[in-house]
Amino acid sequence: MTTPSPLPRVLIVDDEAPARRRLREVLDDCAAERPVEIVGEADNGLDALQQVQQIHPDIVLLDIRMPSMDGIECAQHLQKLEHPPAIIFSTAYDAYACQAFELNAVDYLLKPVRAERLIRALSKAHPLGADALARLRQLHPKTRSHLSVSEKGRIVLIPVEDILYLKAELKYVTVRTAAREYLMEESLTRLEDELGALFTRIHRNCLVADSRIREVGKLPGDEDGHFLRLDGLDERLAVSRRQYSVLREKIKSK
Amino acid sequence: MEKRNHNNRHVELPNFCHLGVNLRIALTVEAALVAGVVARVADSRAFYDEFIALSALAQPALLLTLLALCAAGRWLRNLPYRAGEGLALALGVAVPVLVALWLAPLLGGQLPFSPFMVAAFALALGALLLGYFNLRARALSPAITEARLQALQARIRPHFLFNSLNAVLSLVRSDPRRAERALEDLAELFRALMGDARQLVPLADEIQLTRAYLELEQLRLGDRLGVVWHVDKMPADALIPPLVIQPLAENAVYHGIEPRRDAGEVSLNIYRSADRVHIVVKNPIATETSLHKGNRIALDNIRERLMLHFDLDATLKSEPMGAVYQVHIVIPYTRDHTQPASARPHRR
Repeated sequence: MTTPSPLPRVLIVDDEAPARRRLREVLDDCAAERPVEIVGEADNGLDALQQVQQIHPDIVLLDIRMPSMDGIECAQHLQKLEHPPAIIFSTAYDAYACQAFELNAVDYLLKPVRAERLIRALSKAHPLGADALARLRQLHPKTRSHLSVSEKGRIVLIPVEDILYLKAELKYVTVRTAAREYLMEESLTRLEDELGALFTRIHRNCLVADSRIREVGKLPGDEDGHFLRLDGLDERLAVSRRQYSVLREKIKSK
Repeated sequence: MEKRNHNNRHVELPNFCHLGVNLRIALTVEAALVAGVVARVADSRAFYDEFIALSALAQPALLLTLLALCAAGRWLRNLPYRAGEGLALALGVAVPVLVALWLAPLLGGQLPFSPFMVAAFALALGALLLGYFNLRARALSPAITEARLQALQARIRPHFLFNSLNAVLSLVRSDPRRAERALEDLAELFRALMGDARQLVPLADEIQLTRAYLELEQLRLGDRLGVVWHVDKMPADALIPPLVIQPLAENAVYHGIEPRRDAGEVSLNIYRSADRVHIVVKNPIATETSLHKGNRIALDNIRERLMLHFDLDATLKSEPMGAVYQVHIVIPYTRDHTQPASARPHRR
């Protein structure tokens, strides 16, 4: 005889207290057919990330529209875990997202949630595929509030506002903050697309945070050579000839 | 026979006290004066001399005519249309002629025009303007304005509807009384949303509706949403277009409160100052991205509806002020019996 497998452990994430209460009620109603163990609640994406790493739920019921960090971004960061939980998105109304979920076989629930629908979603819940997530990101043009890297099995969040520059090196992108450097596996072009409103390309391989530019100077002895320095960093970054004029325009227009 | 337009409504004289109407009359008269002077003189120096000489008579005449029309406006509009139109034209000719007769001695008899010429000029322009206002009233005002108003009917965000229903469902088992009240609020809100967008409503009704809306939001958001009302001095009987304040509150919550993790406060300040009603709605600026397009669309919608109801007499200003985003609406203070003509196609 086999021991009954433990119940799936569920984390509820929604910024509205009544919505979390309602999910508890409906999960309770489903208990006969699809029993689960509710292991926690979070009211925003940042808190959800913390909790997932502490209590390792099997399934995360994840609201999309939340303050601090929305559900889609939260799912992107969760993906960096070695064993990411299954994610079931929930939303009151989000026509575009739902279409994308359908197309990419992502589980989702529409609020108010029906018991039958919840049972179905719980039964087939599975971790997100990497390409499904990439496509969701494209459909969700909002810029991330954080970049994330995985270090020793933990997700390390890097607030976008703390980033000084992003530099492409071989397969990786170096993310530099005032405190330290991180290595990320992302393409600089894609990061530029996403963060273009806050960052400027100064060289083929480098993006700098507009708000941190301290000085732009001329390299001695070189007609067209320019360098740039950022707040809180002594390093001189090379500015390419082509990007220098773009940079000058951008500074002038401020 | 009574004059009616194709929508089978009364055609009325414009409200001569309205800025928009005054502006149209003034611009037409000035344009005619300039055209007249240009036709009479050869070079630009002569133009200025002639125009200044003419203005000494024409500007006081124009101002006094506008004043007289505004003063007699309500009485004129209560007459049958033809009689009102005739009398308005008579006023528009009589006042300039009287002004000419009165000013002629003061200007040392140098007036280049006889009173007959003044009368002819005023008559031609007056007839032209009345013809224009007639056309505008017939063609534009009721049918197109009403269609436009219907199209601009404020729509609630589906997001809000479904989240509210979800919040009500969460209460049904634990707090049925509160759930009942929430459904009543929701019903009231939707009755207004599906109501007649053309009918002006008393300010007190719109406030009641906005309160119902904010109650629902507080149900969802709990302590995150603080609401402060300053309405002790509001003129409760003032008439305003429906769904002007509620969408402002909705915007304030959607852009100012929901994206925040901490609590925030929406404040509504409504008061009367002279013959104007001021509506000021403030919310904290949550993030830089909260000033995006969705907000503009809702505000443009309200602005256009105010324009259709009050022409140039209403204003809507919106601006970030430090950490707070403020929308300030000013509309003329009207009560039922003084309802302006431009707002009247809505009355059946």
